[in-house]
Amino acid sequence: MNTTMQEYNVGSLEDFLPRIGRVVELGGVQLALFRTSEGTIYALENRSPHPKGGPLAEGMVSGCYLYDPLYDWKIDLRSGEVQAPDRGIVKTYPVTETAGQIKVCL
Amino acid sequence: MTTKREKLVLVGNGMAGIGTLEQILKLGGAYDITVFGSEPHPNYNRIMLSYVLEGSKTLEDIVLNDWSWYKDNRITLYTGTTVTRIDAASRQVIADNGIAVPYDKVILATGSRSFILPIPGSDKNGVIGFRDIADCEAMLEAAGQYRKAAVIGGGLLGLEAAKGLVNLGMDVTVVHLMEDLMERQLDRNASAMLQAELERQGIKFAMGKQTVELVGDERVQGLRFSDGSELAADFVVMAVGIKPNVALAQASGITVNRGIVVNDYMETSMADVFSVGECTEHRGVCYGLVAPLFEQGAVLAKHLCGAATLPYEGSVVSTKLKISGVDVFSAGEFIETPEHVVIAAKDEWKKTYKKVLLRNNAIVGAVLYGDITESASLQKLVKQGAEMTEEIYAEVMGAGCCGGGTKKSASVEAMADEEIVCGCNGVTKKAIVDAVTENGFTTVDEIKACTGATRSCGGCKPVVEQILQYVLGDGFRESAKQGICGCTPLSRDEIVAEIKAKGLRSGKEVMNVLGWRQEEGCSKCRPALNYYLGMLYPDTHEEESESRFVNERMNANIQKDGTFTVVPRMYGGVTTPEDLKKIADVSLKYNVKVVKVTGGQRLDLIGVKREDLPKVWEELDMPSGYAYAKSLRTVKTCVGSQFCRFGTQDSMSMGALLERKYERLDMPAKFKMAVNGCPRNCAEACTKDIGIVGNDGGWEIFIGGNGGIKARLADSFCKVKTDEELVEICSAVIQYYRETGKYLERTSEWVERMGLAHIQDVILNDEDNRKQLAARIDFALAQVTEPWQAMLKNEKARNALFETVKP
Repeated sequence: MNTTMQEYNVGSLEDFLPRIGRVVELGGVQLALFRTSEGTIYALENRSPHPKGGPLAEGMVSGCYLYDPLYDWKIDLRSGEVQAPDRGIVKTYPVTETAGQIKVCL
Repeated sequence: MTTKREKLVLVGNGMAGIGTLEQILKLGGAYDITVFGSEPHPNYNRIMLSYVLEGSKTLEDIVLNDWSWYKDNRITLYTGTTVTRIDAASRQVIADNGIAVPYDKVILATGSRSFILPIPGSDKNGVIGFRDIADCEAMLEAAGQYRKAAVIGGGLLGLEAAKGLVNLGMDVTVVHLMEDLMERQLDRNASAMLQAELERQGIKFAMGKQTVELVGDERVQGLRFSDGSELAADFVVMAVGIKPNVALAQASGITVNRGIVVNDYMETSMADVFSVGECTEHRGVCYGLVAPLFEQGAVLAKHLCGAATLPYEGSVVSTKLKISGVDVFSAGEFIETPEHVVIAAKDEWKKTYKKVLLRNNAIVGAVLYGDITESASLQKLVKQGAEMTEEIYAEVMGAGCCGGGTKKSASVEAMADEEIVCGCNGVTKKAIVDAVTENGFTTVDEIKACTGATRSCGGCKPVVEQILQYVLGDGFRESAKQGICGCTPLSRDEIVAEIKAKGLRSGKEVMNVLGWRQEEGCSKCRPALNYYLGMLYPDTHEEESESRFVNERMNANIQKDGTFTVVPRMYGGVTTPEDLKKIADVSLKYNVKVVKVTGGQRLDLIGVKREDLPKVWEELDMPSGYAYAKSLRTVKTCVGSQFCRFGTQDSMSMGALLERKYERLDMPAKFKMAVNGCPRNCAEACTKDIGIVGNDGGWEIFIGGNGGIKARLADSFCKVKTDEELVEICSAVIQYYRETGKYLERTSEWVERMGLAHIQDVILNDEDNRKQLAARIDFALAQVTEPWQAMLKNEKARNALFETVKP
């Protein structure tokens, strides 16, 4: 099994609409990528930490936070941490940008 | 630097034990902690089982400490494991499955169980207590299979169980030994009012009945009483009381009376073994309510962490009944004796009752029924044994109309730092004061997020508000004013006025200029601002789709598994064989999981994958039914004069006409209409935002109906003679609602807030205004476009929203 990190090219910044999530599938994992109004891309696992689960990609982005689409939990895009009073954490993946290309490490 | 950490074993994974652990962790207690629990669940809020039964909460909602909490705090947890013995000689805790854990300190928090009456038949199938998740699940299951339930016990728990079973559709009789309900908490007056209200809510009562036998074969079939009479029941809940779980303590040679006997520092007779919660007996009292558990836990936690603490000297208990629409509160002593001075007020019209008992002029007890706004302050006064004064009398009994604020904060001031304010989550006054001073909080919501106070039942909200007010002093009034969300103190009307006055054009501008606390807003204010801007500038506002809720952005309804539903428009609920064939073909091709006829007379294709949505729309080639939108949903119709022998008006045509006219326009909330061909009202005009009923000479218009979460019958608005008048009135009502409604406010709430007479006045008595409203809605309607077609044409948005990137 390959345990080293692999970099995937997921497109250019323009492929992502500001403050609207996009679903990306990499190596069998479904990710939700979000572009903040400042133009930073964050990659999270597309799975709500709420006990009932569900996707995150359709949530509402505000600054560096995401309001999840099904239960309105507030999640920090940078760390994946669910904000109080709710609790939980979403897996995040490092994103880099070189020469206008967005790359996600998995 | 330190030596080896001491080993702490907690037996009992419930609110009392885990509450104590939380306190210990907060105090920085250095223990290696092991927890044993007999139930297979993490710690949950037992008090809220009533809400689970009632259906307003799920089991997940009431979990207080999820699995990760144990992990994060490096606590070893054994669930589904019952401890059988504490071996003092080898200093080990031994469980039924052979696990043995060495200890330095042990906390017993084994709780209690339902007391099952020792009568013949009590072991039959279908007889349970009401104590834990398993009981709750048994009740939910029974409701699906059986009809007649009996609840033995007319106390707090029994009544909550009974109401839950009534809500689940069962025929429920509460059997009570005494003549008065909740006789341990209420006096006769309050009890009678409570019984009358619960009877109104569908609970039956058999009072003064002693159950002597449960009859039936393997499964219970009924109850036999001491007077020889019987009651049929195929499900019986015993809620006659609780019994402390003391088997472990007994088996370990610890002194047990009714409960495990402790001193004022929660120490049992065995060295290094402590006890808290419902299994505990302190000064001869076993408590069955939550506040004492936290108070005991707080003393024990400090004791175990070597912090200074006052001894535990017992608790003043208070009670609140958790049944919606029935507010009952009692604290301290409530049955009057000659030594009490009684202040009582009974109001049979408002259905409220209030009683305060004094002994030697000290407040020692209180009962409230109907209006319990004073419960928080009374609880404190009883606890403090406060002296009755003119001020307190005026505050509590409501004499005079001024006062309030400052006096209330005075009682908060007198409150001890360690007093528990939020009983559900064990939050002290000090924790709240610290949260406010350290973080500069100004709202209850911020305190809730940080400390958990008010998070569960919400009963302590008034006290939290008073503490906030007391800490902030003069700064309170201004800063704590709550606007449309936590981002702003401004109300809907103030925001709309500012947008108009300053000519603000986008959500971003509004937030910048009006000083939003969170720069880019939140999920509450952003959709609202987008609506208000669109309403004010129908032709120029640039739609901010990133501020729409998921469903409105995707033009489909998201389901919990992430798939979507598609509802095509069927004007007036009328379709054609050709359209049906197309719907069937598309459903088959895209593996639609369920095709459902909706409540609004159309078809819902459930379980469409996100990436298939555009293809489904394209192949259906029908307009969106807006089943996801704050907009016109459907116009429900009956068959009407075209075919029905009773029909006096052509309801199908009028329904289709209205649906075509008003579809796609944003409104404050979803909007439903109905058109009926005659007063038989088959399309149910009374539960619609606008309901129209045809009669021989014209139409009658009803507004403000709602069949949903808070049902409301529509009010008759006016009668008109012609179709043109009908359309004009509908236009004016909808536009007036669009212009004055708060975002997410349904017409049922809007009509009550504005007043029916006022709406009639501005629309019916002011022709000019009516025509202008109608003209404005026509202008706005001219701007709308079909969203599915628009999305098919917008390749960039379509890809970004619906395609999965697979590099």
